Amino acid sequence: MDFQLSREHQLLATTLKDFAENEVRPLARETDEKEAFPVSTVEKMARFGMLGIPFPKEFGGAGGDNLGYIMAVEALSKVCGTTGVILSAHTSLCAAPIYEFGTDEQKRRFLPDLAAGRKIGAFGLTEPNAGTDAAGQQTAAVLSGDKYILTGSKIFITNAGYADVYIVFAMTDRSKGTRGISAFIVEKGMPGFSIGKKEEKMGIRGSSTCELIFENVEVPVTNLLGREGGGFGLAMKTLDGGRIGIGAQALGLAQGAIDETVRYVKERKQFGKTIGSFQNTQFQLADMQARTDAARLLVYRAACLKDAKQPYSTEAAMAKLFASETAMAVTTMAVQLHGGYGYTREYPVERMMRDAKITEIYEGTSEVQKMVISAAVLK
Amino acid sequence: MKIIVCIKQVPDTTEVKINPTTGTLIREGVPSIINPDDKSGLEAALVLKEQQGAHVTVLSMGPPQADLALREALAMGADQAILLSDRAFGGADTWATSSTLAAAIRKLEWDLIICGRQAIDGDTAQVGPQIAEHLQVPHVSYVSELQVGEKAIEVKRKFEDGWQRLRVQFPCLITTLKDMNQARYMSMAGIYSAYKQEVKVWGLADIDVDQANIGLKGSPTRVKASYTKGTRSAGKVYEVDPRDGARIIVESLKEKFII
Amino acid sequence: MNISEYRGVMVFAEQRRGEIQKVAFELLGAGRGIADTLQEPLIAVLAGTHLTDAQAASLIAHGADRVILVDDPRLGVYMTEPFTKALTAVISAEKPGIVFFGATTIGRDLAPRVSARLKTGLTADCTALAIDDASRNLLMTRPAFGGNIMATIICPEHRPQMSTVRPGVMRRLEADTARTGETVRFACKIEAADVNVEIIEEVVQKEEKKNIEDASVLVAGGRGLGNPENFQSLQNLAEMLGGQVAASRAVVDAGWTSQDKQVGQTGKTVRPDLYLACGI
Repeated sequence: MDFQLSREHQLLATTLKDFAENEVRPLARETDEKEAFPVSTVEKMARFGMLGIPFPKEFGGAGGDNLGYIMAVEALSKVCGTTGVILSAHTSLCAAPIYEFGTDEQKRRFLPDLAAGRKIGAFGLTEPNAGTDAAGQQTAAVLSGDKYILTGSKIFITNAGYADVYIVFAMTDRSKGTRGISAFIVEKGMPGFSIGKKEEKMGIRGSSTCELIFENVEVPVTNLLGREGGGFGLAMKTLDGGRIGIGAQALGLAQGAIDETVRYVKERKQFGKTIGSFQNTQFQLADMQARTDAARLLVYRAACLKDAKQPYSTEAAMAKLFASETAMAVTTMAVQLHGGYGYTREYPVERMMRDAKITEIYEGTSEVQKMVISAAVLK
Repeated sequence: MKIIVCIKQVPDTTEVKINPTTGTLIREGVPSIINPDDKSGLEAALVLKEQQGAHVTVLSMGPPQADLALREALAMGADQAILLSDRAFGGADTWATSSTLAAAIRKLEWDLIICGRQAIDGDTAQVGPQIAEHLQVPHVSYVSELQVGEKAIEVKRKFEDGWQRLRVQFPCLITTLKDMNQARYMSMAGIYSAYKQEVKVWGLADIDVDQANIGLKGSPTRVKASYTKGTRSAGKVYEVDPRDGARIIVESLKEKFII
Repeated sequence: MNISEYRGVMVFAEQRRGEIQKVAFELLGAGRGIADTLQEPLIAVLAGTHLTDAQAASLIAHGADRVILVDDPRLGVYMTEPFTKALTAVISAEKPGIVFFGATTIGRDLAPRVSARLKTGLTADCTALAIDDASRNLLMTRPAFGGNIMATIICPEHRPQMSTVRPGVMRRLEADTARTGETVRFACKIEAADVNVEIIEEVVQKEEKKNIEDASVLVAGGRGLGNPENFQSLQNLAEMLGGQVAASRAVVDAGWTSQDKQVGQTGKTVRPDLYLACGI
């Protein structure tokens, strides 16, 4: 069991850190305050191949691996939770299912553009009445000749509006329950497909979270992803991978909050000393770092299992559960250790705390993760 | 067009700290980077590669760990990487360093050599011009802009009080300033293939150089003594009226030759 | 290289557009001390075009015993090869034990080329110069490692011992018009072939404003100054010291100046050589 990063991953870590510091950090506050999708940052990420890290060169990817990809999500999230989730949703929830479940023709049609960042990806599963109970899909797809007619809506969709390629789930046969759900690749510009209400959120405010509206959208059969009726299984497997990405986002937020706090407590003086010299501060930071390191190992392990083509669903759930809870606890303590200043927007920790909350909810709530893990434990 | 970019791996001197009790430099944990002036030179070369298919070789003289800097350069897009490394080259001053690099360059085909103006550890700005002298080609230093033609390069050369625009025929050497461009990040694909490419390692036996001109023994200058500037002692507090205060400040500034 | 043949302290009197630069006089100041310690002559070399007796006289008034003029039409504007050729010829003929250049964008271009052609050692950016009692070698002290270390360098077996010296550190002598010295014109023809670069354009202008992170002198103001007008007065002081103005967060928030000037925990990290904090 080698806990050392390979030489390639060490090089990667260096460049990701530089990129995050120089390109992402300066814009983080504005991204949050103006709820502005960081278009120019995404373009820069695309230029260096960040939007296709785990995909083979043959499809325009970087020929890298999942470990490298989640290291990127972590590095970005350390300075900006919004930027981290944009990359995670695009890679794990859209490009990955096309790569893993698509036909050769679909892979050749969509992956090169997604990997190069010429197109951004999104994933549309959640509906007003189908959240944790994802099987309750109302959106319907009716086969008519060589196309499916899609009707319905989705909510809380990350990257909505900026994405060009959406993996959308719909009921093709209501009588079959979960086995009647199918997955489709819906493209921006298809008549009848529009973006609805944009959510005003507590955190990751630069992330575009909107409603998707389908009014008799004609989707060619060549855009059916996987087999008809296989959509639910495809969604679950895709979310397994997405969980590692969110775990990495939570991990980045936690570590970023610790780094900010360390800087602050070394400078801030009260009672004639730096607050970093008080044992309470020291012990809190010890706790925060130990838990974050544990989260890191869980997240990296899940990524490595996926790279080794081993089963990873339970490990991914553990990683997401633990990392998101750690992020919430660590960012909250970070604000506390900053005192009154931490509550102001002048310092980034309050934003990190607001960003951290969603990691316990989306891509499967912590409760869902516990269902997945306990099912494996009690097998 | 064939370009050689000389790069040096240096400790990030902005991250260096002084040990408060001993007053010595803390070198552990200081990250190693490609010298910033050199990195900008490499970026300029990579732009020429994109624009006109130039071939870019990176060359570095250093200990075995300088391999990392060359891998970075490959991941940024360089075509070929050569590390000049040998015990015999160690302890070299700028004369010996430039002699060694020039000897290596003589083995290669090239039109243009790009060096960074100065390294952030040595801070001499001497190696580039001295390489040009050994190779007997013209050089231009403090280059902030460049454009390449068929047979010549056109550069903007900065002075403290202005600039010149010069045209120099190939073969020639230029030294570049870090503010001339923003060096690109390594690409993801570049990183994953960096260690799959070869970094050639050349030692004394691989180049043709007079041993009297290399390493510590071949260095006309040597360090007699070195010391850190010492930890900062507590400052002085003067509680005086403004006139006296101004006088004290002016005297202090005069003492330190600031005015 | 027979060391005993080399004698005298030589200073490159840098000129731009016919004006001798301040650093040249500073070098003569430092050189005078070194020359006196060694009991050797102090020589100034002025290379340029249409050189005048007045220029030579000012070099003598500032300490030179001997002024060597290299006057050639191709030495008008600075170019590396013509000046390298001229300096190398003078040094080869005169054989000084020591040569100083200002560590300017010209000196740091010319000195390495000259030292390499003469196959001797060069030390860059010196801030202190002295003579070692025992060996009579020049002790050249300079910052390294980004300024974190000071190193004393020697060049024991090669001549001349050459250094570039940081401008603004050495003290020039008060001009003494009563001083006498010798002025000679050195014949060194610069050929067309020596002009191996083509100057397409030359522009003289003041350096554009830099960021506070690059400033070596910062005058920072805080709320203690009382009002924006007082804050503005810092600008004069900053200009006189060749530096820039910076501000505390309170001042930026109060709208007295822009955020790019903010220092302190949520502002920029700066590393000036001189930091004056007013009302902070």
